[in-house]
Amino acid sequence: MSYFIDRRPNARHKSAVNRQRFLDRYRTHIKRSVEEAVNRRSITDMERGEKVSIPARDISEPVFQHGPGGRRTVVSPGNREFVEGDRLKRPGGGGGGGGAGEGGASNQGEGMDEFAFSLSREEFLDFVFDGLELPHLERKQLKDLEEVRPVRAGLAREGVPARINIVRSMREAQARRIAMRAPLRRALREAEEALEAEERKDPVLRNPARIQELKADIERLEQRIEAVPFIDTFDLRYNNLVDQPQPSNKAVMFCVMDVSGSMTQAHKDIAKRFFLLLYLFLERSYEKVELVFVRHHTAAKEVDEEEFFYSRETGGTIVSSALTLVDEIIRARYPASQWNLYVAQASDGDNWDDDSTTCRQLLAKSLMPRLQYYTYVEITPHAHQALWEEYESVQADFPERFAMRQIVEGGDIYPVFRELFRRRATQ
Amino acid sequence: MTRRTPIATGSDWDFDTLTAYEREIARLADEYRLDTYPNQIEIITSEQMMDAYASVGMPIGYHHWSFGKQFLSVEQAYRRGQMGLAYELVINSDPCIAYLMEENTLMMQVLVMAHACYGHNSFFKGNYLFRTWTDASAIVDYLVFARRYVAECEERHGVFAVEQLLDACHALQNHGVDRYKRPSPISPEEEARRQVERAEYLQSQVNLLWRTIPENVADSGPHGDAEDPLGLHQHGRYPAEPQENLLYFIEKNAPLLEPWQRELVRIVRKLAQYFYPQRQTQVMNEGWATFWHYTIMNRLYDEGLVNEGLILEFLQSHTAVVSQQGFDSPYFNGINPYALGFAMFSDIKRICEEPTEEDREWFPDMAGSDWLETLHFAMRNFKDESFIQQFLSPKVIRDLKLFALVDDDQDEMLTIAAIHDDRGYRRVREALSAQYALSVREPNIQVWQADIRGDRSLTLHHVQDRRRPLSKSVYPVLRYLHQLWGFPVKLHSIEGDEVVRRYQWPLPADLEERA
Repeated sequence: MSYFIDRRPNARHKSAVNRQRFLDRYRTHIKRSVEEAVNRRSITDMERGEKVSIPARDISEPVFQHGPGGRRTVVSPGNREFVEGDRLKRPGGGGGGGGAGEGGASNQGEGMDEFAFSLSREEFLDFVFDGLELPHLERKQLKDLEEVRPVRAGLAREGVPARINIVRSMREAQARRIAMRAPLRRALREAEEALEAEERKDPVLRNPARIQELKADIERLEQRIEAVPFIDTFDLRYNNLVDQPQPSNKAVMFCVMDVSGSMTQAHKDIAKRFFLLLYLFLERSYEKVELVFVRHHTAAKEVDEEEFFYSRETGGTIVSSALTLVDEIIRARYPASQWNLYVAQASDGDNWDDDSTTCRQLLAKSLMPRLQYYTYVEITPHAHQALWEEYESVQADFPERFAMRQIVEGGDIYPVFRELFRRRATQ
Repeated sequence: MTRRTPIATGSDWDFDTLTAYEREIARLADEYRLDTYPNQIEIITSEQMMDAYASVGMPIGYHHWSFGKQFLSVEQAYRRGQMGLAYELVINSDPCIAYLMEENTLMMQVLVMAHACYGHNSFFKGNYLFRTWTDASAIVDYLVFARRYVAECEERHGVFAVEQLLDACHALQNHGVDRYKRPSPISPEEEARRQVERAEYLQSQVNLLWRTIPENVADSGPHGDAEDPLGLHQHGRYPAEPQENLLYFIEKNAPLLEPWQRELVRIVRKLAQYFYPQRQTQVMNEGWATFWHYTIMNRLYDEGLVNEGLILEFLQSHTAVVSQQGFDSPYFNGINPYALGFAMFSDIKRICEEPTEEDREWFPDMAGSDWLETLHFAMRNFKDESFIQQFLSPKVIRDLKLFALVDDDQDEMLTIAAIHDDRGYRRVREALSAQYALSVREPNIQVWQADIRGDRSLTLHHVQDRRRPLSKSVYPVLRYLHQLWGFPVKLHSIEGDEVVRRYQWPLPADLEERA
């Protein structure tokens, strides 16, 4: 006896739990691989998973086994030229002596040295951002929020047809039917019993008028029972929704970059990778992240991504132009009451001498009070200039919301990023 | 024989065709007296097949990271095209569950049904090892029980604690089987019902064993002491006889385990016991299934139920399955159990039907007997080790060109001990048989003594076989054993009457500093 079952529609990923257990167990190993991968990867490459290797000996499951040595006999197929009593050299560099050689015929090597597997994109990013935290992630206050989200709030008697709760409506209908029919049913039963009693009487004693009357009664009652509606508008119940104010779950990230002549393509690549990491990170914390690209030399301009990273400009540098533009954009499009505002600025540190002071004032007076966080990375191997010094004083005023670091080469990006966003235990 | 029209052509399949073919295969199998459990044939996707792989082919299992590791490595190999998935997976259960992959062609599905649903299935039902050691009707329910129990323990005691314990048990599971005693059948209801009772009883036994105040010892006589039935506080070594089932010994005697921990040890032990026959009958099981798919497919072709295209596709696939690379081939990966098993079963049939002089000399009882009867006899009453010992014929040795090589660490050179000639047949057969004996493949390790009156240390003996030492993995395993036992664990390798090597965990203080 046999039967077929089509299991294809059944759940896949039965091993998901086991897979997760494995990843948890080897967290530190995997993290090391991921860190290497982040530094190795090209800029546009963060959107995919990663192949990870772990030394096989670290994850082996030991059992009692025979080790090399002793006397063993191995039977193998495919003999061509051997005859009994032949003496052979031990293969491989064992050179006899130590007795470490595996049997020649069964020399299969010792298996894999590395245990390799793939992480999905989500898992990969989990590891990339593991232990990191957005500073000042506090959501915007409820009172100054206009954003609302409908949430379920029980049932209502009125609503739109699309929100009918069928189960509850049918239950109401059934209750109503029972309630409305009960007295009728009782009357019907009494009438029927009376009729039966009447008909059981001796034909002589029967009262035909009474019978007639009862029959009419019964018919009328049956009709009335029949007429109780199966469902009535009265029964309908609707899922009720009410609007609830929501903490803002939107963020906007301003990428500000210096594109003056002193910024080479290599500098821009480094900046881009930094922006990208920040973007991915924000994306994990907010439902919606918008990007605004602002580039500047002596004048600032809002551009699209392509132009931001790849078009070339030359000229001097006035950082304050960019900050002013950011300020204007915020006023115009991103009211601080609804948006979480993040600014990331990358530059090589060049600026007109007297402009740096302006920058500090701009930041301290109008930008910082509204921003969640401001990061500044200076991509230069050289000594800091006026801008850095001015920014240091801003940082002193807003130690929790303003962060700055120096990046010298590509390999610094990820460590610097981790440094900027590492989870602060003291808060 | 009248040839009928093929049931289906082409390589696409649907459930109607499969059902029709299944009915024909069942008819032929019946003709060959293949006695099977009912078949439950499940069509699954490749992803589900990977899931099944990861849980050692069981339809359900408890959660453990090692299964996740298994899954990841299968997935990786499959994605990169290094490995094809098996076309089928079959579970020794009643009804017998067989998985067929949806990607298979029609030919593959027919082949797999013959192979798994009638070949393996009849082997599970007929072979003495499976009959003795496993309980096909209870296994799925037991797995459900095990999964639920492990999950409950995780909730109560934390995933980490359970995982640690399972790690330790897994390391010892090959030494968690009874080799000679038939285990009592497992029944999930029974298990659940008696669990509490057993936990209490076990704990009381253990308490008795480990009680530190030997009350009334002086008063009572040396025999018949109700408080001390084993005479533990009097004299003698404990256990009185060496114990080869390490997990069983742990479950019953480890002093510090909680009742739930004992239950987990038991679960791992029971599952290891369930897989014990499979580890000993690989060649026979695969050989038997391959022999029958080959025979049945040819019958289907003879009767015209499959067309030339399908049978050619089948022959190509069958040839790949039973191919055996020579030892010096870059693709050599040991002896292919399909090839060896198929060759042996086919040869038994040949010896019965067309015996040569040589066969009459080697197999006087078998030559000329009823082949089907002989085949069934071989399937029912042997395991790989004894099957090869009994039935490996000179012809198969010649065909596969088997030779035996001796690797002795006291010898500079390797020696060819025997080849496929008159002088060598018996010795090759002997050596190959030993190669499949679990007792030779796995180190012989037994519980020698639990020092219940002293430092509570546990001493194991490893009886060396032909001077083969233990591999380095002995230390991590001892660490696990120590974790279960709770007190120092020692392991002595014995050659003859001499202790040649001592291991222990925790390491002695001076070693630890160096390590």
